[in-house]
Amino acid sequence: MSDLRSPLARARGLGSAHDGLHHWWAQRVTAVALVPLVVWFAVSLVMLSGAEYGAVRAWISSSLAMVLLTLTIVVGLHHAQLGMQVVIEDYVARDGLKLACIVAMRFLAVVAGLGAIVAILRIGFGG
Amino acid sequence: MAEFTLPANSKVGVGETYKASPEAKNVRRFKVYRWTPDDGRTPVVDTYEVDLDSCGPMVLDALIKIKNEIDSSLTFRRSCREGVCGSCAMNIDGTNTLACTKYISEVKGDVKVYPLPHMPVVKDLVPDLSGAYAQLASIEPWLKSATPAPTRERLQSPEERAKLDGLWECILCFSCTTSCPSYWWSGERYLGPAILLQAYRWIADSRDEAKGERLDQLQDPFRLYRCHTIMNCTKTCPKGLNPAKAIAEIKKLMVERTI
Repeated sequence: MSDLRSPLARARGLGSAHDGLHHWWAQRVTAVALVPLVVWFAVSLVMLSGAEYGAVRAWISSSLAMVLLTLTIVVGLHHAQLGMQVVIEDYVARDGLKLACIVAMRFLAVVAGLGAIVAILRIGFGG
Repeated sequence: MAEFTLPANSKVGVGETYKASPEAKNVRRFKVYRWTPDDGRTPVVDTYEVDLDSCGPMVLDALIKIKNEIDSSLTFRRSCREGVCGSCAMNIDGTNTLACTKYISEVKGDVKVYPLPHMPVVKDLVPDLSGAYAQLASIEPWLKSATPAPTRERLQSPEERAKLDGLWECILCFSCTTSCPSYWWSGERYLGPAILLQAYRWIADSRDEAKGERLDQLQDPFRLYRCHTIMNCTKTCPKGLNPAKAIAEIKKLMVERTI
């Protein structure tokens, strides 16, 4: 389709979405939150290296580990899906494909997050 | 819009070589992008040997010498030849800058001259900037005030005026905008560093009464938030300005008005 719109019509496009602040701000806040969470997670993994299966299960069942592990997964996946959305918007040119990629990526994040949380709960509350 | 393979018109071939006269002692080779819409051919890079002993010190001096003495078909924009009009912005030695303020001596080896990246080319070194100019018009770059015009100047304290320093100096050469990968991929919707710096110039002006509406218009996943702080804009600005900081200030104001 040839595009005979004026340059100003193209520049104005569909107008401002009045949106984007929340996405940008959430990405920064989750990044800050991930700093202590990831440090805690990495230190815990190092301290658990070589531990028995039962000891690891016992560690996961502790209240502190259950709370912080769940937080790490929720915050981490939220941060990841915000970032991935930007990457897809930047690099997938076709609108339909772009939308499909973003929706599929979000589904994946939710499934992965719920799966991880159910696993933590089952270990924590003995399933 | 990301494109990972080059369209036919972006595949650049080897063009002609224009030798300097045998008497010339101080010769530099200028490799210049050439394309014209008239002959249906793909772009080429022509090589011009220029005698620097009879040439001014700037890249623009060499381009003018080439046009005057070697090849009058070479096409480029230029006007003030002193870095205030922004007409001669082009990609020299891999960096967007003004040909009139870029010393030939700063370039090592052959001097490669291309048009500003990722813009449609009108001819040779002349890019089509109509889209970028329309984006400038879209941010309404003029003072807006609901207060009736005073009978004398609109007053501004020296401190308030100082907030415009680093913003008013922009000459709209679009070196920054065309160096920004985010603008390359999403230039139809992302305003780019030059326009966002202009937008902030009016947001930062104490006399302007439309800050809120300006921020409303900018708050958009593409118009503003395609800036990923890549910083090419600040690195390349031939006037030494900092568009990345202006964009960061806009993002800060967006947060500030919600908390």
